Order: sequence, then C-alpha cells, then structure tokens
Amino acid sequence: MSEQQIKNFTLNFGPQHPAAHGVLRLVLEMDGEVIDRSDPHIGLLHRGTEKLIEHKTYMQAVPYFDRLDYVAPQNQEHAFAIAVEKLAGMEVPPRGQYIRVIYAELGRLLNHIFNICAYAMDVGAMTPMLWGFEEREKLMEFCERACGARLHMGYFRPGGVAMDISQRLIDDIGEWCENYPKFIADLETLLTENRIFKQRTVDIGAITQEQALDWGFSGPNLRATGLAWDIRKSQPYDVYDKMDFDIPVTKHGDCYDRYLVRVYEMYESLKIVKQCIERIPPGPVACDDHKFAPPSRANMKQSMEALIHHFKLYTEGYHVPAGETYSVVEAPKGEFGVFLISDGSNKPYRCKIRAPGFAHLQALDMLSQGHMLADVVANIGSLDIVFGEIDR
Amino acid sequence: MGVIDRGIRSIFLAELVSGMALTLRYFFRQKVTLNYPYEKGPLSPRFRGEHALRRYPNGEERCFACKLCEAVCPAQAITIEAEPRDDGSRRTTRYDIDMVKCIYCGFCQEACPVDAIVEGPNFEFATETREELLYDKEKLLTNGDRWETELAARLEMTAPYR
Repeated sequence: MSEQQIKNFTLNFGPQHPAAHGVLRLVLEMDGEVIDRSDPHIGLLHRGTEKLIEHKTYMQAVPYFDRLDYVAPQNQEHAFAIAVEKLAGMEVPPRGQYIRVIYAELGRLLNHIFNICAYAMDVGAMTPMLWGFEEREKLMEFCERACGARLHMGYFRPGGVAMDISQRLIDDIGEWCENYPKFIADLETLLTENRIFKQRTVDIGAITQEQALDWGFSGPNLRATGLAWDIRKSQPYDVYDKMDFDIPVTKHGDCYDRYLVRVYEMYESLKIVKQCIERIPPGPVACDDHKFAPPSRANMKQSMEALIHHFKLYTEGYHVPAGETYSVVEAPKGEFGVFLISDGSNKPYRCKIRAPGFAHLQALDMLSQGHMLADVVANIGSLDIVFGEIDR
Repeated sequence: MGVIDRGIRSIFLAELVSGMALTLRYFFRQKVTLNYPYEKGPLSPRFRGEHALRRYPNGEERCFACKLCEAVCPAQAITIEAEPRDDGSRRTTRYDIDMVKCIYCGFCQEACPVDAIVEGPNFEFATETREELLYDKEKLLTNGDRWETELAARLEMTAPYR
C-alpha cells in the first residue's frame, strides 16, 4: 500500500468558548491531539478606544480606561492620570497619592483573585471560583464606597482622585487585610499541592527568560521566569518608593510558576495596602490648582471665581501644554503604558495604549506548540488575558 | 520534606484529602449568598444608579439648563433644549437621557451646580423594550419625586467629601 498524506485538522476554538476568557478566537492546526500552530484572531471587542479618546477632553477620557482591562480598572486610570500629570506638571497631594496606591493594590488583588480562580476553573477546579468571588465582592464594595461604582470606578483623575474617602472605609479595608491571608491559605490548600492541578500546569507552556524578553513579556509572566522586574521598584510612581515590599520570582516560567507568582504577589499587595493605611496623611486629595482639578462643591457654591473654574472645567476642560510622554504603571497583568501626545489643546492629539495582554497573547503560539489541546486552555488562563485591553 | 515523607503523602492522597476536608468545613459555615430580590446587599450613599431630576422644596424644578451635564457627558447621552418660560425664568423644554448610551460615570452629577441631576440608589430599572430606556424630562422628574428623601439624605452624607 502506498504512503498516504494526512492533512492536519483545523479546529476553531472560541469565540464563544468559556475558556477563551472573553472573545478570543483561536484557529488551531492539530496533528492528532497535538497543537501544530495556534493562530489567535483578535478584534471582536474592538471599540476604537484610542480614537475615541482623541475626541474627548482629558477628564472625559478617564472612563474609557476603566473599560480596557475591566478586571482591574483602577490601574489603567492610574497610567492615564500619571501621563497627564507629567505633561501638565500637576502635583498630587500626599493623601491623593496614598489613596491611589491603596486602590491600585486593591485592583491588583481583584485581578489576581479573578485570574487564579478562573484559571483553576479552566483546568478543572470549580471551588476556588465560588470562594474567590466572595472576596472580590468585598473588594468591589470598597470600590463602591469610594466612588459609587463597583467596577468602572472613574475615580483616579489627573491631579488626584475624584472624592475623599472616609476614615471608616480605611479602617474597614485594614480589617479586611487582616482576614484576607486566611483566604489565600485556603486557596493554596486547594491548588498549590493538588496533583490534578499540578499535572495540568507543571512544565506546560514553559518559557525561558530570554524568550520572555524577546516576546515582550512583563508583569507576573516575566517574573515567573526568574527576572525580578517590577516597575513599582524600577521606576516608582506615586508613593511606591516609600513602600517596603518584595518582588516574588520563580524559576521555571511554566504555567504553575505563573500561578505561584500571582499568589505571592497577593501577599505583597497586602503589605503595601497595610503600610498605606498606617501612613495615610490627612489633607486634600486632588491638586489645588483649579485650572486642572475642580474646586470643592461647597466652595463652588460660595465663590464666583470657583464657579467660573467649575464651568470652564466641565465644559472646555483644561489645556495641556504641547509635548509627549510615555508613562507606565505596573498593572496586575504587566507593563501598562500610555503614550500621550498633546498639541496644547484640551484634547489629546494621540493616545496610544500599550496593553500587556497583547504582548502575552502573541506568545501563545510559541507556548502551545507541541502541547495537547487541553494545554492551550491552561496557557490562556496562566497568561492572564483580558480582551478589553487587547482589542481596545 | 524527605523522599519517604513525600511518598507517604502521595500514596495516601494527602493534599486531596486535606482539600476535601476544607471544602467540607466550608459546607457547614454560614452561607454568604443573598436571596435576591428578597434580600439585598448594602449600598453606599455614593452609589451611581438610575438618574433623577430633583426639585426645590417648593416644587420648582432645579435644573436651569446650564447644559454642563450635556457638555461633560463622555457618552453624549444627554440632550437638552431650553427656552425662557412665561415668567421669564430659564428652564428646559427637553431633557432626555439615553440610558442605553449612559456609562454611569457620574460626571453629570459632579458637573451640576445646583444638584438637579443626580444618580440615585436605584439599580433595578430593567425594561422589556429599548424605547423605555430613552428617558425624557417627565420620567426623570418622576424619579426625582419618588426618590427625593433618599437623594437628599445621600447628598447630605457625601457633602463633606465632595
């Protein structure tokens, strides 16, 4: 009998697949059950955020950043706020900086809880998801008490934050921080040593440090390969330079290590939140230059000048001096950057968003080659992909 | 952890058993779920829900059509038209909010200089048709009248922080 050529089977994965984390469409070329090539098709959640921002004033652009990575909206706003502050030369008062760091870290916890639990569910563990959402609910209540929205906060503004928070809320966050390690311990009991979880993740999608750097990795995915790179340490913004925390790293760069890095990062985030709560000073929360930040409501109703500032800010917005900046924050998923060009008007001339998930998704093909179909799911879960920021 | 220790743990499924024991303990704990809609979670006075147009205590509507909310709305969900009324005061003839476009960012209530447009505590305003979510002035004023006591209390509670 003559030799027969067998054609590879092409499998469509997603975009309605629950393990596709949103709207990822993967076209998989399969050699039996082994992946030959995985080709991510993106753009199903494209909303033209960057273009829309060019037509909004600097203040109006803030809610658009919430809707990028909708699992941890605070950190995106943070990057934009810092970019505008750099261009306009605004000074954020200490209390504003501390509040922003507290909420940025709560955002990191929100993200890591969601990622670990969703990832565990992708590889077959149902329970962490149910427990994790209870903790996320508590965190979202803190968000709601600060600004009125559970998820899309719209709270970090260029120049500070929108509203002050009460001492009671700060105390409640502190109390939650005391109890939270108990939850991480429970989570680890279920996952860290579990043989099913380990069989699905250890040595799956391993990546070396050089490869990770070549593919543009950042955040926990890069730290899982052993490189202690964290923008909060290397280019501290707000009050991160006053905080005492460590950068957890692991060595192997596989799915299991990416999980471990996220677990350890939650402890570090808690440390930062606790330090902020201890040290948070009283005072204003937004910059006192009313050309940039609106005056308080009581002031606005009393003083004619404040009312004029209020009207100017909420109609025309503020003019940012011409220039360009690239500012980055350590978002939970990695390096989130905003490249902002101002032409001196009240709207950004260009706003390029650097989403960490985009770079991570590019490596999916390399990570999945030679693995089984089920391992693609573990890879997607461990890379922490959210489509809001990839499709923008 | 030595090789023997690890071997024993592995044979006796130690990590699986301890995981199951933990889930069993959770089974007997107090439930955290709420029986919605009969039970509801707490809401803070800052919650940004359904919009309402408020009135002054004498029944006069607060909004005088400065159109700050229309200007600041990032989703351009608000449409206002205004004319002088018979008594010469400036009032809106049309105040529409497209609740389908609205992103609940709260900029309108921040911008309003007279606390006329506010986002209230109500989040249960789902409708069966899309048209019902195109709110007009009448609907918004009705909302204001219905929620006024709570709206006033919320404004008073948040005032020191705004």
